[in-house]
Amino acid sequence: MTTQTQTPSPEDRARTRPAVTAGRPIYMDYAATCPVDPRVLDAMLPYFTEKFGNAASRTHSYGWVAEEAVEIGRERIAEVIGASPKEITFTSGATESNNLAIKGVAEYLADKGRHIVTCVTEHKAVLDPCKYLERKGYEVTYLPVAPDGRVDPQRVADAIRDDTILVSIMFANNETGVVHPVPEIGRICHERGVLFHTDATQAFGKIPIDVQEMNIDLLSMSAHKIYGPKGVGALYLRRRRPRVRVVPLIHGGGHERGNRSGTLPVPLIVGFGEAAKIAAESMEEESRRILELREHMRRRIESEIPEVVINGSIEHRLPGTLNVSFKYIEGESLIMGLRGVAVSSGSACTSASLEPSYVLRAMGLDDELAHSSLRMCIGRPTTREEVDAVVDMLAERVAKLREMSPLWEMVQEGIDLSTIEWTAH
Amino acid sequence: MAYSDKVIDHYENPRNVGSLDKSDPDVGTGIVGAPACGDVMKLQIKVQDGVIVDAKFKTYGCGSAIASSSLVTEWVKGMAIDEAEKIQNKQIAEELSLPPVKIHCSVLAEDAIKAAIEDYRRKHGAAGADQEATGS
Repeated sequence: MTTQTQTPSPEDRARTRPAVTAGRPIYMDYAATCPVDPRVLDAMLPYFTEKFGNAASRTHSYGWVAEEAVEIGRERIAEVIGASPKEITFTSGATESNNLAIKGVAEYLADKGRHIVTCVTEHKAVLDPCKYLERKGYEVTYLPVAPDGRVDPQRVADAIRDDTILVSIMFANNETGVVHPVPEIGRICHERGVLFHTDATQAFGKIPIDVQEMNIDLLSMSAHKIYGPKGVGALYLRRRRPRVRVVPLIHGGGHERGNRSGTLPVPLIVGFGEAAKIAAESMEEESRRILELREHMRRRIESEIPEVVINGSIEHRLPGTLNVSFKYIEGESLIMGLRGVAVSSGSACTSASLEPSYVLRAMGLDDELAHSSLRMCIGRPTTREEVDAVVDMLAERVAKLREMSPLWEMVQEGIDLSTIEWTAH
Repeated sequence: MAYSDKVIDHYENPRNVGSLDKSDPDVGTGIVGAPACGDVMKLQIKVQDGVIVDAKFKTYGCGSAIASSSLVTEWVKGMAIDEAEKIQNKQIAEELSLPPVKIHCSVLAEDAIKAAIEDYRRKHGAAGADQEATGS
């Protein structure tokens, strides 16, 4: 668009930080959510107050102003992925986008076929709609992943049948940051005439995406993963070659070309658009900076803490995400010891179930390693000082917990843990 | 999840972390749990005259598991083994204000002390009463 937004300068980052982590834990969970960039917030504010119109109001300037703002947001989002604005449908977030893509296509193409191909490491917002469709009589193939976390495109090709209507493979995994071979999968789907949906929630605005080059037919996005507001997302629906149609989940006033009724959340869309614009403009510089920090972190962890495993491909990975298993200690206890840091655990000990991460398990990690994993994500506000402080705390805590760990003790004594008969509980 | 102050205290300042000599006839060792489940507790007691004179633990597990085992070692020191055997997971859970999803940690701690006592008795090939007689 016409207004120029600078890539975030160190001053911008400094401006963001006091509001983010001052006196609070160092935030390293940017794959979960991000603070709203102050520039995004500034862009949004007028649309809560003086520019409060309904984008669907055609009879007065309040509505026109809102509609124009929505269309600018739409253009900015489309631009990030090489789409046209008409191909963008706003939703409440990536979960809704995934639901609309999967259930919407399945219902629209029910007469053509009832088979869907997806992958075991998808987010629940993809897996659960698939399970729902299975209960409705659809068939779903859940492809495995290699130990590096990636799905083999050949497996996608082999899984496609005459009645396959959709392939849904995420762009980048939320737990590991591993990036799937999307262009290859896109080409296969295109050749076989099967629609290709990708949940790009983690990848959108972080790494280059081009829906034309990559033969993507549907793509889910979210605003709050790119320093936009929570509560808004979008679904890209290809309009030409092929034209993708979906049966809507939400019926009503026919907003968003009938794909998603409901009054548009204008301030959120303005924020989403601004966040997308900033992400696109700063992607090159920011991903280089973030990758450098992540690699600094990885190198320090690998050299200063013994017996660690980096989970997933290093090469095919989002710049900011690191998933590490610290052998012989349990993830939740490690997080408890890192109260100065906000990270997330691959261990599901925090939930009622004792099941460790299904994503890590699918990559072939045994339960013990999966229980010992942490996800750390570096974001726009992250500094080198923060990374260093986190690694220092990690090294100290890991050593302390290993001192307390009977598994560590046994391994030090040369006992092979796999030979022990444990009493499962 | 918010941890109770007592859980945090035991986690930050665990009592009696360490190991006793497994081959010592006065030492009973209990190892319970499984790495796959995310919890392994090793609890050891040293018994003289039927009384637990020392206790050590090592735990792989969440903060509540660490706290449960730490608490049990604190409790059993100075206790007759017959008394220690009666410790119930409910008491542990109550003392540490464990939420329902963490009750299994207290169950494991109860299992661990029982296993340690059993090991001690096995070493002596007889019931606790006999030990008291021969120990003095």
